[in-house]
Amino acid sequence: MNASLSRFNIVSIVLGFAFLYLPIVLLIIFSFNESRLVTVWGGFSTKWYVAMFQNQGLMDAAWVTARVAFISATVATVLGTMAALALTRYTRFRGRILFSGMVFAPLVMPEVITGLSLLLLFVSMGLDRGFLTVTLAHITFTMCFVAVVVQSRLITFDRSLEEAAMDLGATPVKTFFQVTLPVILPAIISGWMLAFTLSLDDLVIASFTSGPGATTLPMKIYSQVRLGVTPEINAVCTLLIAVVTVGVIAAAVVNKRREVQRQRDEQAAQRG
Amino acid sequence: MSNAALSQAGLPAGTDAGPGTKLLRAVAGRVVIAVPYLWLLLFFLIPFVIVFKISLSQTAIAMPPYVPVFDLSEGIFGLFASLRELSFENYLWLTEDALYFNAYLSSVMIAGASTFLTLLVGYPIAYGMARAPATLRPILLMLVILPFWTSFLIRVYAWIGILKPEGLLNQFLLAIGVIDQPLIIMNTHTAIFIGIVYSYLPFMVLPLYSALEKMDYSLIEAAQDLGCPPTSAFWKITFPLSLPGVVAGCLLVFIPAVGEFVIPDLLGGSQTLMIGKTLWNEFFANRDWPVSSAVAVILLLLLVVPIVLFQNAQARAQEQGR
Repeated sequence: MNASLSRFNIVSIVLGFAFLYLPIVLLIIFSFNESRLVTVWGGFSTKWYVAMFQNQGLMDAAWVTARVAFISATVATVLGTMAALALTRYTRFRGRILFSGMVFAPLVMPEVITGLSLLLLFVSMGLDRGFLTVTLAHITFTMCFVAVVVQSRLITFDRSLEEAAMDLGATPVKTFFQVTLPVILPAIISGWMLAFTLSLDDLVIASFTSGPGATTLPMKIYSQVRLGVTPEINAVCTLLIAVVTVGVIAAAVVNKRREVQRQRDEQAAQRG
Repeated sequence: MSNAALSQAGLPAGTDAGPGTKLLRAVAGRVVIAVPYLWLLLFFLIPFVIVFKISLSQTAIAMPPYVPVFDLSEGIFGLFASLRELSFENYLWLTEDALYFNAYLSSVMIAGASTFLTLLVGYPIAYGMARAPATLRPILLMLVILPFWTSFLIRVYAWIGILKPEGLLNQFLLAIGVIDQPLIIMNTHTAIFIGIVYSYLPFMVLPLYSALEKMDYSLIEAAQDLGCPPTSAFWKITFPLSLPGVVAGCLLVFIPAVGEFVIPDLLGGSQTLMIGKTLWNEFFANRDWPVSSAVAVILLLLLVVPIVLFQNAQARAQEQGR
C-alpha cells in the first residue's frame, strides 16, 4: 500500500485539528488575561489563578469531585473488568443478552435519562442525596466504559498462555493474577483513567443525584457559567485540562515503555 | 489447589483439572458474572422500571412530589388497588401540550442534522488519518482522542467566548473586514450545530478511522488503472467499505445528541426546544417528577431502535474480533 498523503488529505487533517484545538487554546490564553472581559486582551496576568485558589466554594467542590472520581473510578474498574471477563470468557449463561445490553446501553444513553432514573431509585430506596449517591451513580455509568476498554484487550488475548500456566499446575486464580492480569493491565489502567475523567467531567448525572453538601466542580462551573463568562472559570478549566492532559500523556508513555519492554522480553524468550 | 499440590509433590500435573480446580473455576465464573450483573440490574434496569412506574403516578405537592402508585407493603392487594388507580394522565398531558411534541421533533431534527454535519467534517479527517504514514498514525489518533478526555462542559464553554456577538470570531471577522455587522450565532441553531459537531467529532472519527484503516487501497488503484475516475471510485469502493464505521459513528453521535442538555442550554439559549432541556426544566424548575418521568419514557422509546442497532453493531464487532 502506498501511504502518501494528497494535498486534500493534509488540508483536511490540519483544518480538522485546528477545529478541535483552537477553542481550547483560546480558552487557555484568556485565562491569563488581565482584563475582566474574557474576549478582550488586557495584558498577561495570573491573578485569576490566585482568585481561584482563594475561592473557598470552588476549592470545596474540587475536593468533593476528586474524592468522588477516585472512589467511583476504582470501584468501576473492578466491576467493569469483571463484566469484561464475563462477556469474553463466558459465552453461554442465562441472561447473557440482557447482560451485554446493560453493559453497552449506558454508553449511549442520554445522561438526563440515566440521571433521572438513578435519582428516582435513590429516593425510593430512601437514600439521602449526597456524596454516596453521586458516587454510586458514577460507578454505574463509568463501569460500562471500563468494561468496553478491557474487553477490547481481552478479545485479542492469547488464551494459550493461560492454558500453559494451568498445565504447569497454576490454579485458575493464580493464573489470573500472574498471567492474565499483567497482560491486560494497560487496558485496566486506561479504563480507570477513563472512568476517573468521566466522573470528573460529569455535570448532568451529578446534578440529578447530588444533594446539598456534595456540589461537584462541574456543577459549580455550570452555575457560574450561567451567570456569565469570567476569566476565573477559564483558569479553573485550564487547570483541569492541564491535569487531565498530563495524566493521559504520562499513561501513554508508560504504556509505550511497557510495550517495548514486553517485546524485548518476548524476543529474549524466543532466543532462549 | 490440588494441581499445585500435585506438581509440588513431583507428580505430573495433567491437563485434566482436578475436581477442586473445577469447582474453584466454576465459583470464580459465577462471581465474575454475578457481581456486575446484579449491580447493573439494581442501578441500571430497576431505575427504568421505577421511572416507568412514576410516570404513571400523579403529581403531588410533597417530598417526593408524587403519589406512590404501588406500595410494596400492601402486597398483592396493593397491586390490584394500584392497577385501578394507574393514570395515563401524564402521557395525555404530553399529547395535549404541543410543547412536548415540538421538543421531540426538534430534538430529532437537530440531532439528525448535526450527525450528518459531523459525518461531513469527520470523514475527511478520518480518511486523511488512515492514509497517513504508519509512524504518524498513533500520534494523530492520540490527538483525536485527547480532546475527548477534557471536560465536555469546558469544551462547550470555550465556544461561548468565541461565538458571542462581541466574541472572538466576530472580532476577527470584523477586523479583517469580511463583515461589518457582528454575526448573531450565539443562541441560534447554528450554535447548537457547532457545539454538537465539535463535542462529538471524536466519536465519529474513531469508528470511521478504524474502518478506513483496514481497507485495502490497492482496490482503488486497480479501479483507477481500469479507468475509474477518483470520485466514482470513492462512491463505489471506499464509501461502501467504510459503511460499518459510518453506521457506528452516526449512532454514537445521534443517540446522545437527541437527549443532549448542556449544549442546547449553554449555546442555544432560552428559545431552543430540545427534549433533554425540557426534561431538565420539568424536573428542576417545575419539580414535576411524574411528567419528567413520562418525558424520559417517551425519549427512551424513541431511542430504542437506534440503541438496539448500536448493540447489534457492537456484538458483531465483538464476534469478528474473536
